[in-house]
Amino acid sequence: MSGVPLTLQLLNFCAALLLLLSFAMLSQRRIVNLVNLLAVQGSVLLLATLLIAARTGQQHLYLSAALTLGLKVILLPWLLHRLIRRLGVYWDAEPLLNIPGTMLVGVLIVVFAFGLAQPISQLASTATRNAIGIAVAVVLLSFLMMITRRKAMSQVVGFLSMENGLFFGAMSATYGMPMVVEFGVALDVLVAVLVLGIFFFQIREQFDSLDLHHLESLREEAGGRGRE
Amino acid sequence: MRPIEIVTQLLELAAALAAAPLFVGWINQCRAWLQNRSAPSIWLPYRGIRKLFHKDAVIAVRASALFRLAPYIVFAAMVVAAGIIPSMGTRLPVTRIADAIALVGLLATARVFMSLAAMDVGTAFGTLGARREMMVGFLAEPALLMIIFVASLISATTALPAITEHLATQKLGLYPSLAFTAIAFTMVLLAENARIPIDNPATHLELTMIHEALLLEYSARHLALMEWAAALKLLNYACIGFALFIPWGVSTAAGGPLTLFASIPVLAVKLIAAGGVLALIETVSAKVRVFRAPEFLATAFLFAVLGLLVHLLLGA
Repeated sequence: MSGVPLTLQLLNFCAALLLLLSFAMLSQRRIVNLVNLLAVQGSVLLLATLLIAARTGQQHLYLSAALTLGLKVILLPWLLHRLIRRLGVYWDAEPLLNIPGTMLVGVLIVVFAFGLAQPISQLASTATRNAIGIAVAVVLLSFLMMITRRKAMSQVVGFLSMENGLFFGAMSATYGMPMVVEFGVALDVLVAVLVLGIFFFQIREQFDSLDLHHLESLREEAGGRGRE
Repeated sequence: MRPIEIVTQLLELAAALAAAPLFVGWINQCRAWLQNRSAPSIWLPYRGIRKLFHKDAVIAVRASALFRLAPYIVFAAMVVAAGIIPSMGTRLPVTRIADAIALVGLLATARVFMSLAAMDVGTAFGTLGARREMMVGFLAEPALLMIIFVASLISATTALPAITEHLATQKLGLYPSLAFTAIAFTMVLLAENARIPIDNPATHLELTMIHEALLLEYSARHLALMEWAAALKLLNYACIGFALFIPWGVSTAAGGPLTLFASIPVLAVKLIAAGGVLALIETVSAKVRVFRAPEFLATAFLFAVLGLLVHLLLGA
């Protein structure tokens, strides 16, 4: 590690922390904590953006950091917390795969992601290219979380965490996307959460539960209440 | 074998044997302070051991030779383990025959004999404790090995003194891999030494106990040896932690022989700090159900594997 500048060491640390946070999310049963972890993930992302901005001197990254702070650290967690309070969902049901099992699958996914990112990082010319593997791993782990969770709320958190991973991947591969794209994605995510929030109320209205497995069964008769 | 090596080795063994009960006493004292109880004397573990050595041993009628031999084997394993760990100096002759993996094996040997002895008499409590101990061990050992592998990868050797020497003399830097493995190691330490999230060291007769259940049939000198061995095990684990994660202040080959004496107060300071931290962890956390123990240790294993992966990818 000798000879590596401090900002890069800190960036590597941020990358490692993001990976750790993904696993923390996988192991979390309480939805409130899940949202808090999402906010922490946003903060680490913010720190990473600032570090890259300071290292490369690219001004638009500061703007992107401000966007991260406003949207991912403050606004989205606040919206989700409000939704949790109004819907009264504090716990997720037992996930489809038990938690230690999910963790082991997660470790395999990380190994797979690292292998997948190896050729990409050899093509990239940025100093942070090693972190691409971690970004891919964060995306895949968020996928895993969306697959194994039952409640709609946790799946939305998984979706947002996946977006964080994509953002981090773009940053470590090419020092950030063009500003227009970033604004577009940020707006998309915001709108998605707002729309999904409305969906939650509709789902609960229909099924008395946020468990998405109720959506999988087809029914002929219209207007009936939940089946179980 | 140079004289400095022999001196280092003997000093380390003597320090480990003498300091182990003191370390336990210190942790108990810290715990009492943190929990607003009046603290027991720091010398209490010594008094307990001396008292037990003066008593007459009572042994169950059906106990075999294994039951009598186990305390000596367990104690000897812990003493040899203390000799392998570079707690004060890295010039240790024993390490030519035993590296970090052998150390894990020694700890496993002690565990196997303890469990066999507990099952030997055939009481329900002993068997129950043995089964739980083996479960915890079977989950904690891979995590411990992974932790050692991370440090070995960084320093390209499995000999503990060489690892310590490499980590102590290199340039300071942020190592996410070592940070993760340090967390994993703390969890393994708590589980392996029957500390609070897995077992409660303060209980004597409860259905949830693990370590005490193993010792239930022992008395007098056998019990004294077992308790001394348990104290040594805790000290050994603390010293493995120091060797891997805070190796500074250990007398290395580059420093002169006199640095060996400077390393004594350094070790004392580290032990005092570690005891305080351990007591704090035990005070703020609650004991988990036995069925949650695999989850706790799976998390430790996960931390260690993440450390390994992060090291392989980021080179840090």
